[in-house]
Amino acid sequence: MRIAGKGLATGSKTVNFTFNGRHLMGLEGDTLASALLANDIHLVGRSFKYHRPRGILTAGSEEPNALVTLGTGAVQDPNIRATTQELYEGLEARSQNCWPGVEFDIGAVNNLMAPFLSAGFYYKTFMWPAAFWEKLYEPLIRRAAGLGALSGETDTDSYEKAFAFCDLLVVGSGPAGLMAALTAGRAGADVLLLEEDRDLGGRLLVEQEEIDGKPAATWLAEAVAELRSLENVRLMTRTAVTGAYDQGTYGALERVGHHERRHHSLKGSHRPRECFWRIAAKHCILAAGAIERPVAFRNNDRPGVMMASAVRAYLNRWGVAPGERMTLFANNDDAHRTARDLVKAGVHLAAVIDSRHDAPESDLYPVMRGAQVCNTAGGKRLESVTVRSVRGEERIQTDCLAMSGGWNPSVHLTCHLNARPVWRRDLLAFVPRPDAVPGLRAVGACNGTFSTQGALSEGAAAAEAVLDSLRLQPAQGAIPVAEDAAYEIAALWAVPGKGRAWLDFQNDVTVKDVTQAASENFRSVEHMKRYTTQGMATDQGKNSNVAALAVLADVTGRSIPDTGTTTFRPPFVPVSIGAMGAGATDQGFKPQRFLTSHGASEERGASQLEVGLWYRAAYFPKPGETNWRQSCDREVMAVRKAVGVCDVSTLGKIDIQGTDAARLLDFVYTNTFSTLKIGRVRYGLMLREDGFVMDDGTCARLGESHYVMTTTTAAAGEVMAHLEFVAQVLRPEWDVRFTSVTEHWAQFAVAGPKSRELLNSLLDQPIDNDNWPFMACGEVSVLGVKGRLFRISFSGEEAYELALPAGYGDSLYRSLLARAEALGGGAYGMEALNVLRIEKGFITHAEINGTVTAHDLGMAGLLSKKKDFIGKAMAHRPGLIDADRMQMIGLRPIGAVKELSAGAHLFSPEDPVERVHDQGYVTSAGFSPVYGHMIALGFLKRGAARIGERVRLVDHMRGIDTLCEVVKPVFYDPEGERTRG
Amino acid sequence: MRFSGWRVLKEGLTGNKGWGPQWRDPEPKRDYDVVIIGGGGHGLATAYYLAAEHGITNVAVLEKGYLGGGNVGRNTTIVRANYYLPGNSEFYSHSLRLWEGLEQELNYNAMMSQRGILNLYHNDGQRDAAVRRGNSIINQGDDAELLNRDQVRALAPYLNFDNNRFPIMGALMQRRAGTARHDAVAWGFARGADMRGVDLIQNCEVTGIDVEAGKVTGVQTSRGVIRAKKVALAAAGRSGQVAAMAGLTLPIESHVLQAFVSEGVKPLIDQVITFAEGHLYISQSDKGGLVFGSYLDFYSSYAARGNLPMVEHTMENCVAMVPAVSKARLLRSWGGIMDMTPDGSPIIDHAPIDGLYLNCGWCYGGFKATPGSGNAYAHLIATDRPHGAAAWFKLDRFRSGYGLMDEEGTGAQHNLH
Amino acid sequence: MRIACPICGERDRREFYVKGAALERPVEGAGLEAWHAHVNLRANPAGVIAELWYHEMGCGSWLTVTRNTATHEVLKVELASESGLGGAA
Repeated sequence: MRIAGKGLATGSKTVNFTFNGRHLMGLEGDTLASALLANDIHLVGRSFKYHRPRGILTAGSEEPNALVTLGTGAVQDPNIRATTQELYEGLEARSQNCWPGVEFDIGAVNNLMAPFLSAGFYYKTFMWPAAFWEKLYEPLIRRAAGLGALSGETDTDSYEKAFAFCDLLVVGSGPAGLMAALTAGRAGADVLLLEEDRDLGGRLLVEQEEIDGKPAATWLAEAVAELRSLENVRLMTRTAVTGAYDQGTYGALERVGHHERRHHSLKGSHRPRECFWRIAAKHCILAAGAIERPVAFRNNDRPGVMMASAVRAYLNRWGVAPGERMTLFANNDDAHRTARDLVKAGVHLAAVIDSRHDAPESDLYPVMRGAQVCNTAGGKRLESVTVRSVRGEERIQTDCLAMSGGWNPSVHLTCHLNARPVWRRDLLAFVPRPDAVPGLRAVGACNGTFSTQGALSEGAAAAEAVLDSLRLQPAQGAIPVAEDAAYEIAALWAVPGKGRAWLDFQNDVTVKDVTQAASENFRSVEHMKRYTTQGMATDQGKNSNVAALAVLADVTGRSIPDTGTTTFRPPFVPVSIGAMGAGATDQGFKPQRFLTSHGASEERGASQLEVGLWYRAAYFPKPGETNWRQSCDREVMAVRKAVGVCDVSTLGKIDIQGTDAARLLDFVYTNTFSTLKIGRVRYGLMLREDGFVMDDGTCARLGESHYVMTTTTAAAGEVMAHLEFVAQVLRPEWDVRFTSVTEHWAQFAVAGPKSRELLNSLLDQPIDNDNWPFMACGEVSVLGVKGRLFRISFSGEEAYELALPAGYGDSLYRSLLARAEALGGGAYGMEALNVLRIEKGFITHAEINGTVTAHDLGMAGLLSKKKDFIGKAMAHRPGLIDADRMQMIGLRPIGAVKELSAGAHLFSPEDPVERVHDQGYVTSAGFSPVYGHMIALGFLKRGAARIGERVRLVDHMRGIDTLCEVVKPVFYDPEGERTRG
Repeated sequence: MRFSGWRVLKEGLTGNKGWGPQWRDPEPKRDYDVVIIGGGGHGLATAYYLAAEHGITNVAVLEKGYLGGGNVGRNTTIVRANYYLPGNSEFYSHSLRLWEGLEQELNYNAMMSQRGILNLYHNDGQRDAAVRRGNSIINQGDDAELLNRDQVRALAPYLNFDNNRFPIMGALMQRRAGTARHDAVAWGFARGADMRGVDLIQNCEVTGIDVEAGKVTGVQTSRGVIRAKKVALAAAGRSGQVAAMAGLTLPIESHVLQAFVSEGVKPLIDQVITFAEGHLYISQSDKGGLVFGSYLDFYSSYAARGNLPMVEHTMENCVAMVPAVSKARLLRSWGGIMDMTPDGSPIIDHAPIDGLYLNCGWCYGGFKATPGSGNAYAHLIATDRPHGAAAWFKLDRFRSGYGLMDEEGTGAQHNLH
Repeated sequence: MRIACPICGERDRREFYVKGAALERPVEGAGLEAWHAHVNLRANPAGVIAELWYHEMGCGSWLTVTRNTATHEVLKVELASESGLGGAA
């Protein structure tokens, strides 16, 4: 019911919306909850377990009951709190966790079954017969799971992430936060003030009080105006701080677009739905306020039972009286403000029930002292409450009960670094441990200081302490004068009596459940929580944890602090996965790296494949070729018979310079590089310190103290970090520096018997086999552009790698291809490259899989005996050189089935195919057009000594089972004559 | 008391007043045959199997906090047996078989649900690795299937098949894998052990291990000295600290692994899904929460909480691979402390001190190992011979290089496994 | 989590790669036990530890970061080149 003329937040403009299909009207400035209450709608949802009718409990993000779903299809948004969702024209909300509807919900049958659904009942049944769990019981349970539903479609909203930095982060804009921001802002500190709500002001937005003799709203407007005038103060609303992390890092969620109707597709709009902020703050002042807590009594969960502070908020801020015949039940003075404000607004207040015998009297309303609400009646809306006092029990007709069990300071962020809060006996509440988060000061209500005056003073004092450590001078100014009432409360957690009294409204955890858990020896607070699910709902126990703890303490005969607490963990308010994952959708998950040849290979219709972050051409289909194998075979033969060109720029290239460059290479490679002549290239093997092979590649000596190293594509980053590690950490006294030049050079393999002919048509100075023999390197010039030429081969043919600065890559590639095609060859891709290297027995990371040694690869000869190198000691552990290890071999099919496959396992033909008889596995396989059958590389126990033996290759996954002959892992030109030209 | 549906009905009709304690809270005795340090999943399972399979019931489990408060209380609940290296293969196979009859054996519904796991692959190299793994699993006698893209789409149509930085090529599926209600596993073992006479002693911190003449004689605790013929460590996350009390240095670094749960939403994800190109594992609980995780935070930590970079990395994996969960809201995040070893595989072995036993180094993999670990560890403690399924989990392998089980192939850098 | 790189100033954790405990490399010719201790064994304190961090997304410096593993407090950051971890070269 709307009260004309009341409501600080609501304007006069009407806003149309629908709830469960019903067309309703609210006012500009309304939340969905205030608008529903204005329309006298309390029943909003159903609880999780018993499907009990649920109304609006709170006026904040801690709301456990009034969760709704907005939107449909790809933007369907479940579990939206009606209490924070701002109303906008055309908003469509609907209840969730109910079928067919919130008014009549079949699931409510659970409520009748409640005696059999007590805490932890599911751990004691559904076990017979065993197979029925997956087939019957669990599907039934899962059908009841969850609250709202995801659409199952790809979310089409957009999200963003951002960073922010500040001297002082102020969390919350109530009196404490405002005063802290004013004090620090006036002194020139770089202040960032975050407020979860639409408006700044916190409690000042909902209370009727005065500051400095002015209405609080007036003081608030002036304070906000002053803050807005300060350039060094940034104010962000609709932004909740979600977590405290190490070294002054905070996470925050800004609801950028929740209050607006989507305009067509937001994907095309510049406004995201949410933005997730990462904030680095030198200091933080936490002024997060407090959350009022319910009292547990029989049937306290009916729609119409609300928090007293929420009733006050709806009345004062939105001008809505949530009932026509109100009652109030409390154990503290603060709640009496609700009674006062209701009466002053002309709302009928039937009774104030205060559990304290010494509760303050009022001339505005009658107070039933020493009385308790012990039951309620009504179905989908509260109709009456039963009050118990020394006079006995009486029923009071009421359609809305405002309740208050006192206040819990919002200590949540102070617990995020594992600190436990401290129990204050006088407040009957936990307050933050002072040193809970380094650099964070808690002030005002979240620190247990509940009066406005206290909040203002603490906010100012904390800001002055921050200014002191920032070496800034606070400006002169008095602290405003405000109410300074003491907080009077007497313990009341649960009203004794029969029946179910709710603690956790959403998860349907009652006092009985906690009592039962304790009787089953789930007496640790963690056990109680996990056994009953208390505090595990979407409010994470913000409303219920302390009362549940008090009940547990009571039944186990311990004090509340001795009983302990569970831990509040991030996030403070739930954060969409989309916001924290912003930017990673679609192709945004990882960077894309394209070669300079990408355009030209796309023009040739190349199929691309991903190699790490790179895209490389897999094969280049020609007209008439119907599958990749035909293209691959042709490309292999072109290299073998004429010349092929392949972009190899993805290989890591590291420029190494310094007078100790040679020493360094001797230390990181197993073999020796200091003896390498200038103008020559050598193959090298690198180990990890644990003795296993890290990477292999070539390294060219360009000058006395200048090398360029090539790594595999996969290990480029790892090797770079490793070199820096060795040089900086292990050998800092050596003069050597590294620069990654992977992207500086476009480098192309030119391979095949006609490779030299091709190059000589392009190079400014022709080369021959004598001045540029196998493993030679040096500077060349291509049409006047200086580049490098390496005579190295990954195909077993005479081959070169030609490198020019990357800017020339595209034209160089096109020139090379045109010449290759004229010579009867052309481009070859990764598939052909792979076949060529398997034929030659060259290894890649399919073989160097992190578990193989130089011995396993047949490269023990590369382990220098003359010098120390990384991994030398551990490579000689007995388990790494044992002859029984698996060693690299080649395989060729000799059975009826000619297929070989990578990932297949190897067995002796006479053994059963079982793990205990496993002899090895295949790492690489491909069809060799040279030999006309498949060939493979793999590892086999004692493989080097088993050349000529037969093994059985079994691939269950692909249904391959065949016999192979073990051969040396070099199929093609084992003497290397073709390479040498 | 035997649990059953009838019992639930009967108690329901009489106000649920008849449920007794699920375990006792005994005062520690002065002497035990076996003292187990750590009342998490592995410690409780070990106590259970010592009593149930070896008849050794003069056993105490000493827990510094509450039962099940270790990593069994803070994991992502995944159970699987899809390892590919010898040693791991047979162990996790053994453990999965124990899972399969666990509810009936314990008379406690741990809700082991064989919903299946899909390990997605995105390129030829990953496919071949999946094939090698799948073949290992079959050779071990467990189940595995290689699914193509269309088969994956039929099972999980909500995955990102249409515009993905790393397009889904297929998946390795193990149908017998799944999830279990993690706390209930600890409670079931606790109740089973207690029923057989094991003393479960909570709020009892071990502060010292007594060794005389090279032999263990007992432990010092916050509740006094307790003598024992055999002392068995099962304190993953704190293994190094406990071992140090006996003068041992372990090949273990402690790291924090974060885990995440969303608000409850109606069922969407049926299987466990993993994504290897980034790193993600995600499933949905019977309550409706999405349960998921990714990598370690990578710095050493005992703080049981992590930082934002890995939180965001995990969420980025979600929206990249499972964009339908974008509007699910992260409800809670937490951290568990992992015993990271140099090869990513665990240790169940004698310590180099008579009467002292080690069970540690579970890296990411401790939850699914719970019954297998307890079973094999109990065998070792009872017989002084390694259980056949855990024979490779030797402490000495790191020194000798024999029998290393480096499934990731990342080598002796503890935080890379 | 933020780390004060001696070259770049305070930077977010995501710019860094963490290798592990900062340990002195055994000298050439050291025995298997020394190497086993270096490569595998870890003191792994629940308290102050020196670790090697690499400012991969920044200046490329390897750093010795002294931290508390129980609280995540960072006590000291210095260039690893000054930590003397190389053993006798």
